[in-house]
Amino acid sequence: MTDATASSLTARKAAEDTRGEETPQFVQSKHEGYHWTSEAPMFLYAVWYLAFLYIPVLFLPLFSFNDSIYVAFPLKGFTLEWYGDMVDNPALLRALENSVKVGFTVAVATTFLGLFAAKAMTRYHMPGKGPVTSFIMLPLVVPGIILGIALLVITNQLGMELSLFTIGLAHTLICVPFAMLVLISRLEGFDKNLEEASLDLGEGAIQTFIRVTLPLAWPGILASLLLTFTISFDEFILAFFLAGNEVTLPIYIWSQLRFPSRLPMVLSLGACILVFSFFLVTFAEVMRRRGVGPQGGAAI
Amino acid sequence: MTDRSQTLGVAYAGQQTSLVFKARALFLKHEWVRGYTLLSPTLLVMICLMCLPLFMLFSYSFWTQNYLDIDKSFTLTNYGAFFQKPIYVALMMKSIRMSLFCTFITLILAYPMAYFIAFKVKSNKLVWLILITVPFWTSYLLRVFAWKVILGFNGVINSGLISMGLLDEPLQFLLYNPTAVVLTLAHAWAAFAILPIYVSLEKIDRALLEAATDLGDTPTERFWRVTWPLSLPGVIAAGLLVFIPTVGDYVTPRLVGGTTGIMIGNIIQSQFGKANNWPMGAALSVISMLLIALLVVTFIVSTTRARAKTS
Repeated sequence: MTDATASSLTARKAAEDTRGEETPQFVQSKHEGYHWTSEAPMFLYAVWYLAFLYIPVLFLPLFSFNDSIYVAFPLKGFTLEWYGDMVDNPALLRALENSVKVGFTVAVATTFLGLFAAKAMTRYHMPGKGPVTSFIMLPLVVPGIILGIALLVITNQLGMELSLFTIGLAHTLICVPFAMLVLISRLEGFDKNLEEASLDLGEGAIQTFIRVTLPLAWPGILASLLLTFTISFDEFILAFFLAGNEVTLPIYIWSQLRFPSRLPMVLSLGACILVFSFFLVTFAEVMRRRGVGPQGGAAI
Repeated sequence: MTDRSQTLGVAYAGQQTSLVFKARALFLKHEWVRGYTLLSPTLLVMICLMCLPLFMLFSYSFWTQNYLDIDKSFTLTNYGAFFQKPIYVALMMKSIRMSLFCTFITLILAYPMAYFIAFKVKSNKLVWLILITVPFWTSYLLRVFAWKVILGFNGVINSGLISMGLLDEPLQFLLYNPTAVVLTLAHAWAAFAILPIYVSLEKIDRALLEAATDLGDTPTERFWRVTWPLSLPGVIAAGLLVFIPTVGDYVTPRLVGGTTGIMIGNIIQSQFGKANNWPMGAALSVISMLLIALLVVTFIVSTTRARAKTS
């Protein structure tokens, strides 16, 4: 016992020694390309890029607290009036309720579909896997307007009424690829032998799925639920074509953009949506990338 | 009578069990059957929600609008109208030009950022990746709307510069032109472009870079001879991911484009709204899709040929 520990200690020490010898050389070879002169501009650029991504969006919350109906500098003073307007607006609350309903249903449905697909893609050898994957990913690259009008046209031909249901169908179409991608990277991230062991020990396929796959895939499932909910909650392009009398929040916002006097209220609503989406998505991203490695799941 | 129906019933049941048995045998014997069975709900949903609607859209483009109802006899009138009215062709070309320009800008801005995360960030990669991805998931409409607020006549930039005393009159050229559309689109699609480039950079074997350095390449030479060619697939994927969806965009041109910044998406949308000519709108979308597909295929074929030639 002590022998083993001692030998492992010497082995580690030896490893450290060789590392110690190699380190200067390694650093030296790195230094040729990694001068601080080349490092600093890159870092500055990265910070600038983040500013470019975030600052435009941050003007919405900033002006939502501004005591003026014009979105212009200089700032006039702090007010919560616009947030008050938002709360006693029945049309807005109705749209919010609709968005939550659609988003929740779409999230659950697409995560189920994504999980089945991801399980099939990662655990079975199937001919034509590549083309089938590309087929399922297709909604990511077809322009939204084309998917929207195609669904509108077929809804019309089938004599279906435009409703929250048709919006939900459209959102299902665009959320399935995301759900599948998130879950594939999660299922690839853990050891398949765990599932095989469960099968070998006499559990059925369904039992194995419930008792082994689900608990291990849980962070990915949660991430998929949150991401698909957010996509549906924020989606405008498809919903615009497929909405009937009942509208979702983004369509409500669009309808309000025509009235300049409503602008501050739209700003405060936008600020709330941004903060809400930001937290949901950050949480989802942390869940999804944890334990998957920097490359996995980065494809989207 | 009862006898006969009984025997029929038994025969039917026998046939059924044998069918079930066969299906089960097939299921157990072939792994791919099990895989596709598991995949079938998702595939079915995608076929119903994507293939059938697109097929319907395609047939719609050969019909004609007759005031309130649709004339379903086959005709190429809509396609003829596209080539006869110069406005359609001009708008299509303009949309493609604007999208290409926007894709180019997005890629140029995204590449250094992806490079930075892949090679320079050592410990907090996850934080950077999440910071880049989060804006992409948040409302597209609100991100575009933010630019309208910023670039407007009385918007953030103009009022800010005036209140700082740098400007007397608001600048008129900020909003409602193609440049505003390109800028807004580049901002909206930035995150989408970074990730594929980042993945292809991250995959590059670091030993290749060290080999290039050891063999005497300067960092610049090493970048153009090793890093850049190996990251090209990611750049191409990012380019397509930005180019294809932006051609058909109608929200950004509508909000920040004004009359000079409209794109083909706005015309298609109006056919399903004010203009109320669905078949014409369908034909316009089919033409857009075919053109995009043609461009993409030509591009991919030419780049793979060029790469095959050089290597």
